[in-house]
Amino acid sequence: MNQNNPMQDTELDKSPQWKLSFHLKAEDFLPASEEEKEDLVTLRESVNFWQDGIRRFRKNKLGMASFIVVLFMMFFAFVLPYFYPYNYYEQIRGSESLAPFEYSETEKAIMAEGGKVFPHIFGTDTLGRDIMARIMMGSRISLLVGIVASAIILVIGSIYGAVAAYFGGWVDTIMMRIVDIIYTVPDILLIILLSVTLKYPLQKLAEFPAFAWINKVGVGLISIFIVFSLLYWVSMARIVRSQVLTLKELEYVSAAKALGASHSRIIRKHLLTNCIGTLIVTTTLQIPSSIFTETFLSFLGLGVMAPMPSLGSLASAALDGLYTYPYRLFAPAITISIIILAFNLFGDGLRDAFDPKLKD
Amino acid sequence: MLKYFVKRAVLAVVTIWIVATLTFFLMFLVPGGPFLAEKAPSPATLAALEAKYGLDQPVHIQYKNYMLRLLQGDLGTSLKQRGREINDIIATRLPVSARVGGMAIVVAVVFGVFFGSIAALNRGKWLDNVIIFLSTCGIAIPSFVVSTLLLYFFGVRLEILPTFGLNTTSSYIMPVVALAFYPMSYISRLMRSCMLDVLGQDYMRTARAKGLSQIKSLFKHALRNAILPVVTYLGPLLAYALTGSFIVETIFTIPGLGDSFVSSITGRDYPLIMGTTIFLAFLIVTMNLLVDIIYKIIDPRINLN
Repeated sequence: MNQNNPMQDTELDKSPQWKLSFHLKAEDFLPASEEEKEDLVTLRESVNFWQDGIRRFRKNKLGMASFIVVLFMMFFAFVLPYFYPYNYYEQIRGSESLAPFEYSETEKAIMAEGGKVFPHIFGTDTLGRDIMARIMMGSRISLLVGIVASAIILVIGSIYGAVAAYFGGWVDTIMMRIVDIIYTVPDILLIILLSVTLKYPLQKLAEFPAFAWINKVGVGLISIFIVFSLLYWVSMARIVRSQVLTLKELEYVSAAKALGASHSRIIRKHLLTNCIGTLIVTTTLQIPSSIFTETFLSFLGLGVMAPMPSLGSLASAALDGLYTYPYRLFAPAITISIIILAFNLFGDGLRDAFDPKLKD
Repeated sequence: MLKYFVKRAVLAVVTIWIVATLTFFLMFLVPGGPFLAEKAPSPATLAALEAKYGLDQPVHIQYKNYMLRLLQGDLGTSLKQRGREINDIIATRLPVSARVGGMAIVVAVVFGVFFGSIAALNRGKWLDNVIIFLSTCGIAIPSFVVSTLLLYFFGVRLEILPTFGLNTTSSYIMPVVALAFYPMSYISRLMRSCMLDVLGQDYMRTARAKGLSQIKSLFKHALRNAILPVVTYLGPLLAYALTGSFIVETIFTIPGLGDSFVSSITGRDYPLIMGTTIFLAFLIVTMNLLVDIIYKIIDPRINLN
């Protein structure tokens, strides 16, 4: 009861029973009964954003299954090659063009003497390289391209979108007009054009010792990354912008401004952290689409360089011997489809769990 | 309305200009310029060629000449196919690609709309689940996987369809299916969600309440409204059909524009690469512009600002 409020006082005066409330009630000072104590116990642990999302994601059977497939493919591509007895570039003399689980003469001789030979699960290619090992390495390349490209897109797209929305006005207009233009540029065409022409300048650059890493990563991969970071961030920027436009009107942003926070701190700590759900979901869904583009380019011969395999280049190499060695095509083809499908479903599951508003 | 169209048209022109400019400057990155060949021409020939095409002049004059030639629709000459104009190559190759691509677009739209509507009308039943499953797989399988698997099973194994060329009507089946597979799955998913949205609208109940039959209300009210978002997908669909043709035409050895583009990449025929890129970019941007304008006209609810 607020004693300073005159309205309340007059109302209290009118109701006779309330007059009694000025007397102290003895029962108010008794220890709480067990029942009353029960009421005060919190029934559930309070849930934060992550726990809530993870709980919702766990309930999604399809999402969980695809998450397990994604983990398995990561294991298959990044860990398994270290324990696998063959590697992707070694050309084993005498074991050219073996069928799955077929052994060469030398291997048969070793086995006859009681030695153990690890089977070529998908056989070997015309140069005597183990296809299983090449598929593992190809999956690694495709996954790496997908993840690194999505990370680049995440950084550029989120900062660009947040800056445009936060400052608004003519800054926003100019920045979004640029996005509109990049959005209308046919991306695949420009990717092909750039990976064709960037090859020579990059090779020149790799001659300098400081840029020797270019040869290690491969000119093809670098051009893919350059193109992705030039073109593909625009949809991310648009999504982040629309989120930040609503977020920047909220009280905590005004509070942060009043406390003297800098623009960059507000964008980093308040705006981007509050659209983290959208960022995670969009980045995850970007991975399969980047892999899609990478395999497309590698199939055309514009991606990674030999002897480095990619799932796309493996499939395109298999085309020549399609009549005799169809399994050389099936293995990479099925691997690509599984990776893309698993990431798509995993991303959908994350969207339902972390960012239900984004659902179309 | 007019303001919006003008804005979009300006944007399209700027995009094409940027692509053309980028192409022009990227040409300088290629060693030997546009006259690079396996057998390097003698210095005298090179000088003569450069003088003929004005390559001995300063960059800004070259750029001006290049843009002027582009404005007149001249894309230059091919390196590997001696003396052949790129315009000429496009003119002979494009009709082939347009036939295959056009058929694929029709197949994708017709079957996509059909499957999507069927799924929405049978929401939660097994037919819906089957269509969702297949279309989810469909958008995860790259077109070169679809093409090569089709080629292996129907061309090599069963030997019921021709594996190359476009000589008979049945030669069209595999390329068209391969090209239409991804967009069909995409349209099915899009159509399903739009159809579900429309079926829940009040005007659908009104239509049934005023005594319209199920079929009539579906065709007159539901389909017409649900199909609108599919129209917006037509622009990206065209771009997909063009870039998808690179793969499909290479695999099925179809003498179209995509096949010529891919062989110009492997053969390092730079003028042809540049010319085709600019032409395709022009085509895609113009079609996107047209689709956007058509969409705004047929759906007056869209806010033009």
